[in-house]
Amino acid sequence: MTLLSDLINLNLSDTTEKIIAEYIWIGGSGMDLRSKARTLSGPVNDPAKLPKWNYDGSSTGQAPGEDSEVILYPQAIFRDPFRRGNNILVMCDAYTPAGEPISTNKRHSAAQIFSHPDVVAEEPWYGIEQEYTLLQKDVNWPMGWPAGGYPGPQGPYYCGVGADKAFGRDIVDSHYKACLYAGINISGVNGEVMPGQWEFQVGPAVGISAGDELWVARYILERITEIAGVVLSFDPKPIQGDWNGAGAHTNYSTKSMRNDGGFEVIKKAIEKLGLRHKEHISAYGEGNERRLTGKHETADINTFKWGVANRGASVRVGRDTEKAGKGYFEDRRPASNMDPYVVTSMIAQTTILMKN
Amino acid sequence: MSLLNDLINLDLSETTEKTIVEYIWIGGSGMDLRSKARTISGPITDPAQLPKWNYDGSSTGQAPGEDSEVILHPQAIFPDPFRRGNHILVICDTYTPAGEPIPTNKRYNAAKTFSHPDVVAEEPWYGIEQEYTLLQKDVKWPLGWPVGGFPGPQGPYYCAIGADKAFGRDIVDAHYKACLYAGINISGINGEVMPGQWEYQVGPSVGISAGDQVWVSRYILERITEIAGVVVSFDPKPIPGDWNGAGAHTNYSTKSMRSDGGYEVIKAAIDKLGLKHKEHIAAYGEGNERRLTGRHETADINTFLWGVANRGASIRVGRDTEKAGKGYFEDRRPASNMDPYVVTSMIAETTILWKP
Repeated sequence: MTLLSDLINLNLSDTTEKIIAEYIWIGGSGMDLRSKARTLSGPVNDPAKLPKWNYDGSSTGQAPGEDSEVILYPQAIFRDPFRRGNNILVMCDAYTPAGEPISTNKRHSAAQIFSHPDVVAEEPWYGIEQEYTLLQKDVNWPMGWPAGGYPGPQGPYYCGVGADKAFGRDIVDSHYKACLYAGINISGVNGEVMPGQWEFQVGPAVGISAGDELWVARYILERITEIAGVVLSFDPKPIQGDWNGAGAHTNYSTKSMRNDGGFEVIKKAIEKLGLRHKEHISAYGEGNERRLTGKHETADINTFKWGVANRGASVRVGRDTEKAGKGYFEDRRPASNMDPYVVTSMIAQTTILMKN
Repeated sequence: MSLLNDLINLDLSETTEKTIVEYIWIGGSGMDLRSKARTISGPITDPAQLPKWNYDGSSTGQAPGEDSEVILHPQAIFPDPFRRGNHILVICDTYTPAGEPIPTNKRYNAAKTFSHPDVVAEEPWYGIEQEYTLLQKDVKWPLGWPVGGFPGPQGPYYCAIGADKAFGRDIVDAHYKACLYAGINISGINGEVMPGQWEYQVGPSVGISAGDQVWVSRYILERITEIAGVVVSFDPKPIPGDWNGAGAHTNYSTKSMRSDGGYEVIKAAIDKLGLKHKEHIAAYGEGNERRLTGRHETADINTFLWGVANRGASIRVGRDTEKAGKGYFEDRRPASNMDPYVVTSMIAETTILWKP
């Protein structure tokens, strides 16, 4: 296949000014990423300078066949780690031809919340810990697990090394570098408690960019697993029984929380979250009830509790934050298949905009 | 394979002025591409600098054995993405030694249509959406499909990513860059509704160059699948049943359609196409009746129907065009195995030259 790679890796900047832009959007299930590419006449670094586009919404469950056009609005640009050169990835959201966000477009209302002056003033930062599981392609069983059986119980795998403990590191490491190349604020990776499960963190990112960066990081991850011939799962409880689920813990702070006296602001914010526990839970990802059992480092889905350094809580505050009297907290409730536009904006809305 | 690649990728420009020219033509079936190479001294910048050549027509079903020479007239050159350096591809058409176009030479009449003064004045633009299916080499079953079985139903595959949804992206991405390198006006790519099926678009191209560019892009595609060990099919309905077919939707506009008031010109053109529906269908590709069923985003082969944003129509007008009052329209009838010389010139002839 060497000749094929010669072509894939052609550096076109010697022969043409043209660049390739891959437009990315979220499909009808709210979790399926879709993309297609177009040629532009020269390099672009401002999404406002990119043309709107459209796609066949009847093929993604987002429009009927006789009125199938859904419009793509470019929102954020990242460097394309696959095509490199001046080629780009573009995160978009989806609208009707009349200019209304379609029902699966969660970015639109998140952007409205993030442009509310009270929210802007508080400069909300997010650090999202995205967990995911790698599955063998033809059997849908986790990577590294024996077909028809199970590996030894959890214990040796968290941050483990070795062919008998860490499965798929190539994917994780290439994803790390690809995201850094793309300009995504990826702050770390680690192997997770369940073998075949990994985590990466994106942040701190301000406001709407947290959602954009996480979605593009997910896109890059699935493109990489595609190359590796492995299936990516964001299911919150991929294997029943004594195996950890997969979450998307969301770390959060506002300007007030990061300043002196911030610990009191944090406690008030956590109380407000407690009052809206049910509403948040229903927006924190499908199937989360299989994960939030009160075991495996989760709090039960019907309970709201918080604590310092408590991984069995719904919201955890780090010892550093308690000690410094300011900092951030971690909402541990969101599932790995949560929509970061929904979760980040809802936390901002509840803690900043909602008045008791 | 290291030594072989070293040789294939030898940069000859340091050692010689000679150029390798790959002459490409269409064989006796009207869809089989053929090519052979020759050495020419010095770099070539214009097809007029290239000598005519000939080939054995009795080996391609285009001449009898006792009078087998068919003459190649060079028509358009493109940088060779496989040999790179100064080497080129040249698309040719085919003539008897007496200088008459042979019956399978569809370019000749298309070129006459495109040089008619009324057609030249209207500057016809074409954007062709070429769909194709990738097949596993030894079993002739689509790439990524389980041997002896079927993948899950259509839904997840359109513009999708992931090892379980996108099959053959290497080929598609290598083709995209190779075409850009070759100076082909490739405007985009996307994964199609049927798994293992893809699409690329060539355009906007003016007049005869649309046909030249589509044929050379098909040549490059089949050279790439050859490297990848995969078979490319342009069959319009490769798998019967609830699986989309493959088309070559042809987007079209004239100067009048692109100018103010163009929408009326578009409607008048569509009416003319409706009056010649049967003639066009007969020239729009073999086997199209298996594809144009009225289902799977097609209009029934015996029906002529047009609509705005309607993917179930014979002709679709985009919402942008309706809104702006000018633009272009999409003839969705041509099959993936259509001859672009025939289709483009026929559309120009019916809409510009024909008075009903």
